[in-house]
Amino acid sequence: MTDTPILSTHGLTGGYGDFQALFGIDLHLMPGEVISLIGANGAGKSTFLKSIFGLLPVDREMVRYEGAAVGGTPAHKMVGRGLAMVPEGRRLFVGMTVEENMRVAIDHARLSESEGQWTRNRLFELFPILGEKRNQPIEDLSGGQQQMVAISRALLCQPKVLLCDEISLGLAPKVIREIYAVLPEILSGGTSIVLVEQDVTLAREASNRLYCMLEGRITLTGNSNEISRDDIAAAYFGASNAMA
Amino acid sequence: MQWLDAIVQGVLLGGMYAQYALGMALMFGVMRIVNIAHGDVMILLSLIAVSLAGVLPLGNVGLVLVIVPIAVGLGWLLQKFILNRVVGADPLPSLIATFGLSIALQNLMLEIWSADTRSLPNSDIASASFQIGPIYLGLLPVIVLLCAFCLTGGLDAVLRYTRFGRGLRAAAADTEAAAMTGVDPKRIYATATAIAVGILGLAAIFAALRATVSPSDGSAQLIYAFEAVIIGGMGSVWGAFIGSMVLGVAQAVGLRIDPGLGILFGHLVFLLVLATRPEGIMARKK
Ligand SMILES: Nc1ncnc2c1ncn2[C@@H]1O[C@H](COP(=O)(O)OP(=O)(O)O)[C@@H](O)[C@H]1O
Ligand SMILES: [Mg+2]
Repeated sequence: MTDTPILSTHGLTGGYGDFQALFGIDLHLMPGEVISLIGANGAGKSTFLKSIFGLLPVDREMVRYEGAAVGGTPAHKMVGRGLAMVPEGRRLFVGMTVEENMRVAIDHARLSESEGQWTRNRLFELFPILGEKRNQPIEDLSGGQQQMVAISRALLCQPKVLLCDEISLGLAPKVIREIYAVLPEILSGGTSIVLVEQDVTLAREASNRLYCMLEGRITLTGNSNEISRDDIAAAYFGASNAMA
Repeated sequence: MQWLDAIVQGVLLGGMYAQYALGMALMFGVMRIVNIAHGDVMILLSLIAVSLAGVLPLGNVGLVLVIVPIAVGLGWLLQKFILNRVVGADPLPSLIATFGLSIALQNLMLEIWSADTRSLPNSDIASASFQIGPIYLGLLPVIVLLCAFCLTGGLDAVLRYTRFGRGLRAAAADTEAAAMTGVDPKRIYATATAIAVGILGLAAIFAALRATVSPSDGSAQLIYAFEAVIIGGMGSVWGAFIGSMVLGVAQAVGLRIDPGLGILFGHLVFLLVLATRPEGIMARKK
């Protein structure tokens, strides 16, 4: 690990038109690291990921990636620089098959399938059910299977940094374990990960460091195994609520 | 025999409608962009072709080689400067923008070409015909149908099997998700509209060879294209082709029943399909 973050934000503010959702977010991700970003519904986690990814307007200096100021760079160019996202709600391409969904990523990836470390075959080994269903329309798959396609699609962009937005949402515990079991393999290839989660236990176990967001601000940060549950509860719900 | 002839002539007419409808199938059926100026752009291209043919000895093939690139450029400009500013989940902004464009184009064409009907000079293919059994076939309508068939097959293959086709379907399904998978939605939409209008360039020449055109004809073309896409099923290129055949045959059969009924019969069949199978003939079951 080097001392320079691969991805960082600096006083990042943003939102939707006149509605401000983020109020000065400072966050960094070191190469090879997993950080988790937790917070209640509506805290601004998804807005933050979209702001990093160039899907919402931000100032150039607010986002730095591999040493360069990249805030506001269009999303498809961020993919070219090595960012990928598993969006909240999966957002797969309806009307296309499992493999076609994967091909869109391969077609536009930073590296070709033969140069990069992720191939369809490797993903079909990791998620055998996708190999069986590769020619089925995406809408015929179960929620867990769709999440596997969404993760595969992001990995086929051959990312250096992977942003995951609530990948456990709405899935059975067994499926969640199956999906989280893949994270070490992603990391071992040198990809760093930002995990957005509402499940605090899951987030702590899977990450090196943790950030807690409340109403568009970071209210707590530290090493995942050192932060106490009480501190998290206070940061998660707001100190006044926790004491009341 | 009269009915067989009506069906054959209807299929041939459907070939012309398929050429109007293909671009619409791409823009409306796949990208969900409502382009009210679709027919007017085609008429504009027809009139440019007629004027060009009057001053340059290009021949029909030469005209195609000049008009199609102009059409491609026009489509690209249309998407880049008008439609990309208004695309989004809501179809209303594109509808309003292109409605304005449609009116502006009609007025511009009236100004330049007046309300007269025009057509390309009669050439050999426009008047040639041949006979199969008891049925006479015009050479030009057969060429139009064959071109429509090949264009449909080509466009369908491009959408299914190429990087561009997959990227376009992805962007149409979820623009934001496509962007985070590396697709540049605006660029791919500009290319798609360039292809759609490029096909209209070919249709424009055939339309001016087959019959006359005048600045106010665009709305009829627009309606036929819309109807063909909806009869066939949104998102299916072959659907639009089949829809065009249905429309052509309905009109030709209606015409045989009563010369005043042709167009109306087409609309009635459209309404019938809308009432009984609103998802269209070729649409995938949900
Ligand atoms: N598309 C949108 N337009 C306007 N406001 C939005 C939009 N998406 C989210 N918001 C608002 O932004 C705030 C943060 O939402 P979000 O980032 O989705 O939170 P989280 O992902 O932490 O649940 C919320 O108040 C939400 O209502
Ligand atoms: Mg969210």
